[in-house]
Amino acid sequence: MHFNLFVVPFTAGMLILVILLTVRYIKWLSDLEAGNRNEIGGNLFTIKTLYAIREVFMESLLHRKVFKTNPLLGYMHMSLAFGWFLLIVVGKLETFFYTGKFANEFYYPVFFRFFEPTPHKSSLLLAFNALMDFVLLVVLSGIVIAILRRFRPRIAGMKKITKHSPGDRLALIALWLIFPLRLLSESATAGYSGNGSFMTQSVGNFMALFLPVHQLAIVFWWMYSISLGLFMVSIPFSRYMHIPTEILLIFLRNWGIKTKDHFSGFSEIEIQSCSRCGICIDTCQMNSQGKNSTTQMVYFLRDYRYNQLRPDLTDNCLLCGRCNEACPVGIDLTQHRLLQRKKKEFELPSGFKYLPVNQSVEKTDVIYFAGCMSHLSPVISRSMEKIFKTAKISYLFLDKNGSVCCGRPLKISGQFEAAQKLVASNRQQIIASGAKILVTSCPICYKSFKEDYHLNIRVLHHSEYLLELMLQKKLALHPSGKKVVYHDPCELGRGSDIYIQPRMLLSHFMELETIDQEKENALCCGGSLGNLSINPEERNAIQMATAGYLNSVDPEIIATSCPMCKKSIAQFSATPVKDIAELVVANLEALSESQKSLKHHKVGQTIEI
Amino acid sequence: MKDWGYSILKGRQIDFENNDFSIAEYITKHEPSFRWCIGCGSCTATCSAARLTDFNPRKLKLLIQRGEIKGLADEIAKCMLCGKCQLVCPRGINTRNVIQNIKRALNTCHAL
Repeated sequence: MHFNLFVVPFTAGMLILVILLTVRYIKWLSDLEAGNRNEIGGNLFTIKTLYAIREVFMESLLHRKVFKTNPLLGYMHMSLAFGWFLLIVVGKLETFFYTGKFANEFYYPVFFRFFEPTPHKSSLLLAFNALMDFVLLVVLSGIVIAILRRFRPRIAGMKKITKHSPGDRLALIALWLIFPLRLLSESATAGYSGNGSFMTQSVGNFMALFLPVHQLAIVFWWMYSISLGLFMVSIPFSRYMHIPTEILLIFLRNWGIKTKDHFSGFSEIEIQSCSRCGICIDTCQMNSQGKNSTTQMVYFLRDYRYNQLRPDLTDNCLLCGRCNEACPVGIDLTQHRLLQRKKKEFELPSGFKYLPVNQSVEKTDVIYFAGCMSHLSPVISRSMEKIFKTAKISYLFLDKNGSVCCGRPLKISGQFEAAQKLVASNRQQIIASGAKILVTSCPICYKSFKEDYHLNIRVLHHSEYLLELMLQKKLALHPSGKKVVYHDPCELGRGSDIYIQPRMLLSHFMELETIDQEKENALCCGGSLGNLSINPEERNAIQMATAGYLNSVDPEIIATSCPMCKKSIAQFSATPVKDIAELVVANLEALSESQKSLKHHKVGQTIEI
Repeated sequence: MKDWGYSILKGRQIDFENNDFSIAEYITKHEPSFRWCIGCGSCTATCSAARLTDFNPRKLKLLIQRGEIKGLADEIAKCMLCGKCQLVCPRGINTRNVIQNIKRALNTCHAL
């Protein structure tokens, strides 16, 4: 039996941690939505579980996504997480080879060098000794980067770093102290007994020159154990809750569980998995362009977790989804903001008695729905009408005389029930028309039709539809050689995963330029309906910055496929901003013009002859 | 005199002393851009709901400012929050947040 009184703080901390975690996990897992448990059961013994294990290794330990953000930042996270993991695993193996038994006191590997001061003889154990020193060195290098980064975030590629609450800072200091204290205590023991390896032995010998290492060692071991215990106890109450929770999250997510329209046990697990790394702060345009660094997801989730949410944290967000893409934990951040809005705006009055009920609609195969915003840029719907005519498609322009809103603007401001009334009205008309294809020009409507309408027909954004027409050779487009850059609308790109179609279409008749921040990382135009409370200066700053960014590659035309983006960017852009439908029509018309002039020319020639 | 019809008609009278300005105050506090309105009516001209029913954001703004908030809840409930008014507003007022705050004000300080 190995025992010394100093193991008590560590053991107590560990016990408290295990009890608290068990209680919480049981609560969250029992709060899962009813269907979720079947989903877990169905996917438990499939390849998905193996994918989850791989993801845990790649993300929780190696931090692959953080590496992608910045290599040094990735190294810092990896050295701490993977390094500590190795210390535990290699330490356990070391005791196994030393004692020949697998079952020891569970604190024995942690304080191994204190309990076994005699220097090893076998080369295997000496190798283990050196390996443990090496891993400790790696972890310490991570700590050094972490401390430097606190004072100068830019060395790890971050402009802004999370401002932590006092509780988090305490936990952070406990974590930072653990490994230097481990070095000191192992070195002090090595200093008098000679059981260290390359690092601990050298430090120990140096300490022994002028310090009473024998007496100091026990003090250091006490401090080491206390810092470990403190950190363990702080885990459930600080951001370090993400360490155990993220693993659970990865498994559940791989088994197909998502946060939908209700807050469930899974949503709670998502919230507790936020490590407050702060990567979402730099990526947020509210911060980088709007100069507001208090409204980012990291603060939203933190204050939400501790029940201290300020209303502006819920409202002041563009819902552009850039943070979703950047989040190394893969939390569906915007969905949480949306659910909170829903909770808050629960009983706001709405009444749509004036909406058309059971209106008879002309039968058709293709329905075109321009959307409210397209009516403010009517050139888009006019272009679409010309295209339908050119391609000889019979269609019904459902909202020719003005739209009934699709409902999404109400939904993203938290009024789900009111939105549902608008959905019902539009849905009735779409179904009554007997159409097989619904084409819309507005990405907001598109997302709504796709997700909230439950239509059994094809729903296409006009960029998809135009590409289809072109591929079916119903539209003859000819290369014009003009330089164009494409701006991804948030609701269409990140919101609905439509990146390729507009690009394929554009590159068919124009020179499509690439730009650094595009597709998943595209900037938001700033016009977003997602943000209710943004102040006009902030909005303008974002619009101006995005327009400037798109202009930086010197395009002849900026193309987009959202009437809102078009208006937002055009305000601040010297280069003309055109919808993809306008460009197609311009190309068709240029062609027919040149054909006409060619005919005239021929006529003239015959007369001459 | 009364028979001659020279008294002020009740319907034309703005009673600033007894009118209820709490909604206007609530909005101004939470969305200060409410004060920038010049009453041009662009919002009403473009409004998606106004095409389908008798709904007039410009009029509502005026009435709220005067403190005449009778029947406001039924009126404001007609808004679809589509955001067209925000795009056309020449003063750059955050009209959607104004509407949202009218609703919140009705919910919190008035059960009309």
